[in-house]
Amino acid sequence: MKITQEEVAHVAMLARLELSAKEKEEIAGQLNDILEYVDKLNRLDTTDVPPTMHVLPLVNVFREDEPRPCLPREEVLANAPEVEDGMFRIPPVIE
Amino acid sequence: MSQYETVIGLEVHVELATKTKIFCSCPTDFGSAPNTNVCPVCLAMPGTLPVLNKKAVEYAIKAALALNCPIPSYAKFDRKNYFYPDLPKAYQISQYDLPLAVNGYLEIECDGVKRRIGINRVHLEEDAGKLVHSEFGDYSLADYNRGGVPLIEIVTEPDLRSPVEAKAFLEKLKSIMLYTGVSDVKMEEGSLRCDANISLRPAGADYFGVRTEIKNMNSFRAVQRGLEYEEQRHLEILSAGGELVQETRRWDEDKGVTYAMRSKEEAEDYRYFPDPDLVPVIVDEAWVEEIRKSLPEMPEERRQRYMAEWGLSSYDAEVITASKAMADFFEAVMADYHDAKTAANWMMGEIAKHLNAAGIEINESRLTPAHLLELLKLVDEGTISGKIAKTVFAEVFASGKMPAEIVKEKGLVQITDEDAIAAIVDRVIKENPKPVTDYREGKAKALGFLVGQVMKLSRGKANPELANRLLRERLDSQQD
Ligand SMILES: [Zn+2]
Repeated sequence: MKITQEEVAHVAMLARLELSAKEKEEIAGQLNDILEYVDKLNRLDTTDVPPTMHVLPLVNVFREDEPRPCLPREEVLANAPEVEDGMFRIPPVIE
Repeated sequence: MSQYETVIGLEVHVELATKTKIFCSCPTDFGSAPNTNVCPVCLAMPGTLPVLNKKAVEYAIKAALALNCPIPSYAKFDRKNYFYPDLPKAYQISQYDLPLAVNGYLEIECDGVKRRIGINRVHLEEDAGKLVHSEFGDYSLADYNRGGVPLIEIVTEPDLRSPVEAKAFLEKLKSIMLYTGVSDVKMEEGSLRCDANISLRPAGADYFGVRTEIKNMNSFRAVQRGLEYEEQRHLEILSAGGELVQETRRWDEDKGVTYAMRSKEEAEDYRYFPDPDLVPVIVDEAWVEEIRKSLPEMPEERRQRYMAEWGLSSYDAEVITASKAMADFFEAVMADYHDAKTAANWMMGEIAKHLNAAGIEINESRLTPAHLLELLKLVDEGTISGKIAKTVFAEVFASGKMPAEIVKEKGLVQITDEDAIAAIVDRVIKENPKPVTDYREGKAKALGFLVGQVMKLSRGKANPELANRLLRERLDSQQD
């Protein structure tokens, strides 16, 4: 499996990253190294090994449905670049 | 439509009625001031961790059981990655390949035909925040109160065959969600939202046509209208030998049309992966059984019981059990009343009429079973006539006052005193010589007019049977 520079560009777009041509080439190489390493696992027989969904030896960690105090609104909006009517003012979003 | 068959599938999001959000302890109250039901977790502050609300899992399983889904023993949460400002983490916690429930069904009845609609999956996820757009579209505002409210997404198989069936499915689904109590299902508050997929194919074909997805339908009626519009649009394109484009379209309620949403340059690619912050959920048989036991009697079982226990017709029982609140009200009345048919007629008649006009559910009205019981008894005892009872009911509905009090206040007690009615009867006979002669000459219809006059003079309070009898006695004997 070889990662092409087009694939790197696609993934970068999805992650909203701007990469130069040089960076794309560099990252394609790095991703290929990683995939090659992971590919070694495919050579193992894992027929009887259950897939690892999680690395923690824990299941069913829950909270009870009990309300707790929220963050005061001044704190919520403290770092917002712009605020209007108690809301975060952001660049326009069009559907 | 004979040449083509319509194929519809629905994706329904239902907000669960938990007190707190799915991964943090913020309240889920609707209508709070913007950004007051938020905390570092649901605002995606760095270093915070989600902890799953057990009640949300139980509600989701409860809903899934009511939709006849088997519950797999292992479920996990995944991240659905996309950038949109209503999503502060830049991913939504959802479930991808191992949802809480799969392979259920819901039976619907449409035009007397029963059909089983497959449920592909029921999964748990978090809701996004709300965006408000400025008047001139030069900026938007973000309120994260709704972000993190638990949702279940219910995906049907492409088993629906008409827009009317789609609406019937949603009504049945709403009824079931209300019965189980997992959601209050208020479409106007966005606690039930529906997207639809529709395609047409030659009748009897075993493949699917090109489908379009419709969004922004904000009522059951809008779902039906949006689908009808798309069905017609597909039909016209296909009949003209044209080709459809697979796309997402937005329903415009005011104009009654759908239009294509601006298509993204690249196909949606959510890059789902297991959320490392949330450990798997193991649902063992004992837990499922415990939740199953908490399920109330469902509409179908109740319908059967109303027919067997109280002799209601299948239709009446169906109408009353469609809403849990109505059925609960009816049962409370029947605990103290003998005549199911009369009570049912009131439920489906006056009560339904006033509720529809007010646009509310019975549990949101001032009406209690005690109101209806007292009113029924006033009629049964002859204190008021059935006609007056409707007037009294309107007042009960508006004010929440007890019927007996209204009857007393407004002097609506039925006149059952023979002498009092006889005096009115004599006056009517005296003042209406023409109809009296007509009646005596065999025109039976004239009697109805004379009874009407008695009722009018008594301002509706004369006992109609008594008025009828006294009139007839006098007209038949005094041949003056
Ligand atoms: Zn929170």
